[in-house]
Amino acid sequence: MGKLTIGCFSSLVGSLSLDFSIKLAQAAIKKGHKVDYWMSGNATMLSKKGQKAFKDYSHLAKTVQELLATGNFQITACEACAAARGYHKEDTMEGVKSHSMDWYLASSFDADRVLHIGGD
Amino acid sequence: MATKRLAFIVRALPYKTEASRLALTHAIASQSVEIYLKDGDLVEASVSFIGDGVLNCHKNQQGMKHYGLTTIEGHYKNSLLLDLKVLICKEDLDRLGLTENDLLMNAEDIGGETNAQIVPYSEIYKEMESVDHLLFC
Repeated sequence: MGKLTIGCFSSLVGSLSLDFSIKLAQAAIKKGHKVDYWMSGNATMLSKKGQKAFKDYSHLAKTVQELLATGNFQITACEACAAARGYHKEDTMEGVKSHSMDWYLASSFDADRVLHIGGD
Repeated sequence: MATKRLAFIVRALPYKTEASRLALTHAIASQSVEIYLKDGDLVEASVSFIGDGVLNCHKNQQGMKHYGLTTIEGHYKNSLLLDLKVLICKEDLDRLGLTENDLLMNAEDIGGETNAQIVPYSEIYKEMESVDHLLFC
């Protein structure tokens, strides 16, 4: 069993990069690996609770909850990036953590692979 | 006791997206990562600017004047102050008609001792080959 650390800057709606990276996390967990997932910049939108599922827009909240339930998935939002967008503790989806950027770098320390999606 | 090396490769233009600023702030965060690690373990980050990303290194940026935002230059200068390795691709500077005189190369005015290095892409490639993880921004 390995550990994959994924970091993403891309937004929930407006880019499919976040969808891709969550699907990758799902596939890795299905194979028995652990995944640490870091959201920074616009990706912190994924941490917001109350997302409504429309067929025309990406909806990842349900998948994130399913991944959290496996116990092999940690998901953390950059606290400054989230706060700058008005997403505070009370707005955050259950199970999602909030830390500063060093959490991500620390996670990369013992990761077997790091996948970083640094664009929009 | 171990050190993991990360290379942030910045291709994004300054100010158009948040990516280059986030690359620098994440790289700078390597300085406080020890709080999560065992004693003696370290994460070391370098930053390389390639393609249009070299424009992030331009000096005299006016982010505060035009956007009311701290400049990318400020973060870049902080990374030099903290002795991060900063590489700038020479071929991409040539392509954009930029020279060393156009760029911020050090943080001497705030006490920095490390200089940015203008290097051929082959040197940046060597850096990419030598690290544990690559992070493209």
